[in-house]
Amino acid sequence: MYAFEFERPTTVDDAVKALASEDAQALGGGQTLIPTLKQRLAAPETLVSLGGIAEMKGVCIGDSGEVCIGGATSHATVAAEAGQYPALAELAAHIGDPAVRNRGTIGGSLANNDPSACYPAAALGSNATIITNKRDIAADDYFQGMFTTALEEGEIITEVRFPVPEKANYQKFVQPASRFALVGVFVAKYSDGVRVAVTGASEEGVHRWSEAEEALSADFSADAISGLSVPADGLIGDLHGTPEYRAHLVKVMTGRAVTASA
Amino acid sequence: MTQVSMTVNGKAVSGEVEGRTLLSGFLRDSLNLTGTHVGCDTSQCGACVVHVDGVAVKACAMLAGEAEGAEVTTIEGMAKPDGSLSTIQQAFQDHHGLQCGFCTPGMVMSAAALLQDNPNPSETEIREYLEGNICRCTGYHNIVKAIMAAAGQDVSKIAAE
Ligand SMILES: Cc1cc2nc3c(=O)[nH]c(=O)nc-3n(C[C@H](O)[C@H](O)[C@H](O)COP(=O)(O)OP(=O)(O)OC[C@H]3O[C@@H](n4cnc5c(N)ncnc54)[C@H](O)[C@@H]3O)c2cc1C
Repeated sequence: MYAFEFERPTTVDDAVKALASEDAQALGGGQTLIPTLKQRLAAPETLVSLGGIAEMKGVCIGDSGEVCIGGATSHATVAAEAGQYPALAELAAHIGDPAVRNRGTIGGSLANNDPSACYPAAALGSNATIITNKRDIAADDYFQGMFTTALEEGEIITEVRFPVPEKANYQKFVQPASRFALVGVFVAKYSDGVRVAVTGASEEGVHRWSEAEEALSADFSADAISGLSVPADGLIGDLHGTPEYRAHLVKVMTGRAVTASA
Repeated sequence: MTQVSMTVNGKAVSGEVEGRTLLSGFLRDSLNLTGTHVGCDTSQCGACVVHVDGVAVKACAMLAGEAEGAEVTTIEGMAKPDGSLSTIQQAFQDHHGLQCGFCTPGMVMSAAALLQDNPNPSETEIREYLEGNICRCTGYHNIVKAIMAAAGQDVSKIAAE
């Protein structure tokens, strides 16, 4: 790692101020950023830890029943405390491994927007609201391609609000070496329709599968998508799977998620 | 350089660290607690697992500054006060839960965290929990067996391998 200064503010305001200085970067759980720094792929002057900010931690229920998660809440806490949204708690419980879940945070995962990460699928599949120190962003507007989001320089995710669906499920086909999703599909059935969000598959990062959403909104059963097919164009191809293989997995995982939805 | 203070294995400690100093580096280089092993440096192997405020973390993926004020337990803090091995450590010895021993500190720390949350885990639960701990000797079978034994389960019918 290159050398950097380390700061650990205790309020969002102080963190925002610290992040305003040149080449300052936020540190969530560090489960992505610290390995990146070790490889010298990033060289911040100052790392501003969000880990000491109590107001950014924890899970609560909002006025309209939505599950609200502080931006610096660990995956383990979400797994243990977001029981009001079981599919979300279950997703958090299967990110990486226990030690990663004890440090990694929802804000870090959504800010990073790794094309194979789990939380982006839950956020897009639920049309969650990403709340920052500046504004509220709908998930539909937030994800802008692989490792790209609507966040501006120095903007901090302070909270994420998930409307709770009638039924939902996340199916992750694990890439066993990294433990990320080779393909993951999050399906959520709301009273006004079904949302299907796919991670791990596309060169564009997390995205919705609108054909499946239409079919499932009319008939919420795995049979409803049996006639659909996913084009392999624009899907990721690497040593773990070809674009055609991922296209196939998208459909299989969607069917499984529908069947397992509870 | 900044000053960090924390409690390690029940003792108050402090030291000067750089912003970039990892918890694993502070434990090993400043405190000379070299039982915490750094195996991969990519967050994959889990040899560096320690407990911070009661939960398992990879010490090579946490800055020392993040542990300010925390209670840290390393493998050196696992033995009983009289110096004899803890139940988990003894079970690793009895069931040959180690070959070269490099991954063992992390395995023991993960096992202790598991048993704290779930005192009677099934074999599947143990294997799932150890997802982030890699044994390059591939000695998993006896590690799992040792943890089952440490939980008080009868492992006599599980073949030695
Ligand atoms: C072995 C291993 C396995 C993993 N498996 C999975 C998996 O299966 N699925 C999965 O989804 N992920 C997985 N991860 C990634 C893990 O979930 C990370 O914790 C997560 O992607 C990043 O969160 P973090 O809090 O650690 O962020 P950091 O690493 O601290 O930061 C990541 C980025 O986000 C920025 N940032 C952090 N917090 C905020 C915030 N609140 N607001 C704005 N910007 C912020 C940082 O500046 C940085 O750019 C794995 C990681 C490891 C090491």
